Amino acid sequence: MAERRHRKGLAAVEGLPIIAVLIGLIALFMIAAPQVFLGHRIYLSFLTTVPPVLLLALGLTLVVAAGEIDLSFPSVIAFSGYLLAMCIKDLDMPWLGIPLALLGGALVGFVNGVLIAVVGIPSIIATLGTQFFWSGVTTGISGGTSYSLRTVDQSWVHTIFAGDLGSFPVQFLWALGLTVLVWLLLNRHRFGEHILFIGDSNAVARVVGIQVEAEKIKLFTLMGLLGALAAIILTLENKNFFNTQGQGYLLTALAAVFIGGTSIFGGQGSVVGSFVGAFIIVMIEAGLVATGVQGFWVRAVVGIVFLGAVLFHLGIEQPGRVAEMRRRLAHVLPRRDRSVSNGGEAVRAAPTTRERS
Amino acid sequence: MAMQRAGHVHAVRMEGIRMAFGKVVALDDVTFRVGRNEIVGLLGDNGAGKSTLIKIMTGVLRPTEGRLFIRDEAVSFEDWSVRRAHALGIETVYQEKSLGEKQPLWRNLFVGRQITNRWGFIDVAAERRIANQVLKEQIGFRGAGIDADSPVALLSGGERQGVAIGRAMHFEKDLIVLDEPTAALAIKEVRKVLDFVLGIKARGRACVYIEHNLAHVHEVADRLVILDRGRVVAELGRGEMSVAELTRFLIELQDRREHSDG
Repeated sequence: MAERRHRKGLAAVEGLPIIAVLIGLIALFMIAAPQVFLGHRIYLSFLTTVPPVLLLALGLTLVVAAGEIDLSFPSVIAFSGYLLAMCIKDLDMPWLGIPLALLGGALVGFVNGVLIAVVGIPSIIATLGTQFFWSGVTTGISGGTSYSLRTVDQSWVHTIFAGDLGSFPVQFLWALGLTVLVWLLLNRHRFGEHILFIGDSNAVARVVGIQVEAEKIKLFTLMGLLGALAAIILTLENKNFFNTQGQGYLLTALAAVFIGGTSIFGGQGSVVGSFVGAFIIVMIEAGLVATGVQGFWVRAVVGIVFLGAVLFHLGIEQPGRVAEMRRRLAHVLPRRDRSVSNGGEAVRAAPTTRERS
Repeated sequence: MAMQRAGHVHAVRMEGIRMAFGKVVALDDVTFRVGRNEIVGLLGDNGAGKSTLIKIMTGVLRPTEGRLFIRDEAVSFEDWSVRRAHALGIETVYQEKSLGEKQPLWRNLFVGRQITNRWGFIDVAAERRIANQVLKEQIGFRGAGIDADSPVALLSGGERQGVAIGRAMHFEKDLIVLDEPTAALAIKEVRKVLDFVLGIKARGRACVYIEHNLAHVHEVADRLVILDRGRVVAELGRGEMSVAELTRFLIELQDRREHSDG
């Protein structure tokens, strides 16, 4: 009988490899840009720049764990941000902006859920469509103008969502609290278990009695709500609204999730990984600039780190797959016969599940 | 549910079942009964309507027409669902589709019936403990290198069937449906599964056993029901036909169908 192992002890600690990567990255930046990374101010600034990315990444972790994807959250950042800005500026009722922004995000998410679960449009297509639609609607109703919200810090709404406790930014407490909540939801709640089974296989989920459609609608509505909260925090922190304010977040939030080790194939999701991933992605952007790399090149480096992280996780989770990749590479370069046979044997020694069942 | 097991004649009775998918009639006036403590073998070629019939019985599909009785009591198809079938004591063990590959066994054992507090949070410690107990005592996985935290992906085909059947046993189901449980299994694994099936009968439950391999189903079934093109064409009691006679009967059925089609 083949040796049957599953991860135990230290190896079973969620997100441990990526936490090591984060520490390594900090060390690297400390060497490359000591004047910035040995001080505390850069870390305090992360506590204000990470929360919007993190909140989006938390929702996306659940969505990806369910085997789905959401590309429409940048439009939630715009749409909910507009609703809040409009309440502050036009109506002079900042308190009304919070429920309205959350309602707006929930609406976008609910519509996504219905399109995906009931109408049956694949999520990548449905949310691409709604991304266009809601950002178009936002531009339309806002008339394309931006709102300066400089006086909002007089309001308790600002204090609650983007204020400071001493020099500690309040929004990070929101992000931290929601990380714990989403972790519990995914790993300890009935809803999270349903998401994991749906991501594993829709057919299995139905057979074991999960109401797949209803759960997907709930899931996307939750994603919309988290997007709205990100919009609230971002808009209040910047004290400004502009109708393209969500666009920078599409790739960073998705990258945070995949750097964190959540699998695109569904059935598995790491909230701790996404938490660390959000820090990594924000830190790289800030750190590269601090080390003197030209701003234009930042995205290119992020891309490399992203792909590197995905390969890294693949290597840890499925060693058999890496061996197979080596074999395929060797196939492309036929001269290196020796590595062909080595790679091939490694694959046979660690058969994938498909082959055995 | 265990207490209600006595006092009724049939675990399930379906009458006049008709199922049409557009113009295609998958089942036509089918009557199907399963006694309280009976193993019924369901036979038929691909496309005969076996899986459609089972999906209706287990709440996955609702028929175009027909009546359903669970423990001799009429149940409306209007609100018939997997959840309801579960609640009324019917559990299906599908060959491939009843376990989440990447999920640990404790989640697979309890999914859909989690032990939760009032807020819906799962009592993981309790689920793990009971899962380990079920694995050892109901399924007999002692020392096989498998525990409640093992993902399904690490299990052999026979072991997967064992987990699924063990799950049904644990939840005191009256009727366990097995959909080709021995397909693609090694001989030793097949023996285990057949023992699981006999175990169902020994514990006073009923079982519907869908199978291609005639020898397997002939050995364990009390009664055989043969479907062909959406109709019941024969019902045979134990010992009415030998395996050889049964094989001849099914081949003739196939020949007749090919003639009428051609």
